[in-house]
Amino acid sequence: MNSDQRPPILTVEDVSKAFGGLKAVNHANLEVAEGSITGLIGPNGAGKTTLFNIISGFIKPDSGHIAFQGERIDGIPPHRVFHRGLVRTFQIPREFGGMTVLENLMLVPKDQEGEHLWAAWFLPWRVSRQEDENFTKAEEVLRFLNLHQLRDEYALNLSGGQKKLLELGRTLMCNPKMILLDEPAAGVNRTLMRGIVNDIKRLRQDLGITFFVIEHDMDIVALLCDRLIVMSEGSKLAEGTPEEVRADERVLEAYLGGQVR
Amino acid sequence: MILAGKRPAWARGLKPSDFIATAVLLTITLAIPFIAYEQSRGAFPDGNIAGTMSFYTAFLVTVGVFALLTMGLNIQWGYTGVINFGVLAFFMLGAYTTAIITKGDPQGDFTTYIGGWGNDLNLIPALATDQWLPFVIATAAAALAAGLLALLVAFPTLHLREDYLAIATIGIAEVMRRVVIEERWMVNGSRGLTGVPQPLGGLVDQSDYKYLNVVIVGIVVIIVFFALERAVRSPWGRVLRGLSDDEEATAASGKNVFAFKTQSFVVGAAIMGIGGSMYAYAFSALSPDAFTHLFATFIFWAMLMVGGSGNNKGAIAGAYVIWGLWTISLQMQGYELGDVIESRMPFIRGLLLGVAIVGVLLIRPLGLLPQERRVSAWVERRVKKERSTPAPPAET
Repeated sequence: MNSDQRPPILTVEDVSKAFGGLKAVNHANLEVAEGSITGLIGPNGAGKTTLFNIISGFIKPDSGHIAFQGERIDGIPPHRVFHRGLVRTFQIPREFGGMTVLENLMLVPKDQEGEHLWAAWFLPWRVSRQEDENFTKAEEVLRFLNLHQLRDEYALNLSGGQKKLLELGRTLMCNPKMILLDEPAAGVNRTLMRGIVNDIKRLRQDLGITFFVIEHDMDIVALLCDRLIVMSEGSKLAEGTPEEVRADERVLEAYLGGQVR
Repeated sequence: MILAGKRPAWARGLKPSDFIATAVLLTITLAIPFIAYEQSRGAFPDGNIAGTMSFYTAFLVTVGVFALLTMGLNIQWGYTGVINFGVLAFFMLGAYTTAIITKGDPQGDFTTYIGGWGNDLNLIPALATDQWLPFVIATAAAALAAGLLALLVAFPTLHLREDYLAIATIGIAEVMRRVVIEERWMVNGSRGLTGVPQPLGGLVDQSDYKYLNVVIVGIVVIIVFFALERAVRSPWGRVLRGLSDDEEATAASGKNVFAFKTQSFVVGAAIMGIGGSMYAYAFSALSPDAFTHLFATFIFWAMLMVGGSGNNKGAIAGAYVIWGLWTISLQMQGYELGDVIESRMPFIRGLLLGVAIVGVLLIRPLGLLPQERRVSAWVERRVKKERSTPAPPAET
């Protein structure tokens, strides 16, 4: 299917998840090519966010397999999915409201020695050195996202859009291989978002990060994504370049009333 | 009027509620010696320095012991958001562990502890009470026992949602209480244990031991405070704070939620065990009747809420304020107020304490000393350093 591109970094194979009688994800099959920016679109209730929750380990699928870089990740807990290099953001921002914006970011990096009690007690110089590194990195990310003036503010006090940016910032703190973005543009200023679109492209270019993005704003999708996957009623409906998908009649139908049949 | 109008330089940036909080602390500090004098007049009609001081030192020791327990709860609830309505279980286990290890052979009707082998544990009688090491070992054992109990409790319960965890921990506390009271072969049942030796008691005259008692409990409070501050104002504490804000986001940031919650629960419980140990030393006697849900669990919640959840200094301040108010209200007893009021005085005291707690929380919802803005001590120092050096010219 993606024969013209690099091999898939993420493979979702026949994954299903039902909540009671509602089949949120229904035998979904899809692949995300390594180094791509793949968009995941579809009408409300198509199962996009549920699929993200399954991939990132927050929900166990009823059936099916998920492989990341050739290794199965279905059924393993979220923090271990994170450690494989697959990180996510949330559709509704989940900031740490009682912490400053700076420490929201400094929480994230992996392998912090100070997260072990004995290091916090007995190896303060090593903890300090890492704190210094993480601080520098967090400052960079904050400048990158135009949030630096809010560094010492409680994350609780940020606006909706700023919280979305903070979500994005958290994913940049841990050198991920792949980032799942759940509606990164919702509530974010358009001019700023265009800037971020370019930055995402640059991250892909420079660091080779793969992006898998749920987004409703078709302008952003067209600017950002080189491939689109369309979901409807829990499974994949169509796939292709943004132009191909736009021309696909099934997609139009799904958006404009296919569900009301 | 100090609350309005022009303020001196040191008072700028202070909120009105800061003055009220200071006033509360000052009032209690000034009132307690007076209460101690008045209360000791029962035993010494003309008033007496020794009587006053023994009341006052007992107050300070109690505050110290309760501060330890509140700091333990602060790690669990204040930092991590893990509900523990079973403080009693860890408190009691710590106290009894210390008592069994240190005290001499059983006296009276019952001749065995823990089915017999508890008798062999007496570390102290073989050694004089002027040695410190056996007491440290007994306190460490109390911390270990409480920590182990917490570990046992953590596995089935920490996966539960908050409300279920609350019920489960109440159950654990009640089981502990019932076992101690009903299983008399273990720790003497409802008769309790007496004769816990006083640490370093051999070094001073018995009538002066009360001062040494204050010093010992004070030192333990200080050690525990600094150890906890160091643990908590670090990336470890940052993960705990993250958990109390949003568990799922913490998991999505690659942290093992269950592991950190368990660590926090165990560390908090171990501190409670140390608190229990200090209680056993300070009062030399344990009675299971003293370990009620109100006075061995919920009073620490009140102390933490009033003092400031998520701040170790707040936990200490809360223990001081709540126990101070409770002690002051003691003065209301003993006046001739007529049977109707007099016989109900204990309940009226409780009621007034409740009103005081609500009052403090209305004025200062986050407690007398709210949690610090920055978790990591390193970040705190870094930001302060930046503020003190002039900002570089803005780049454009």
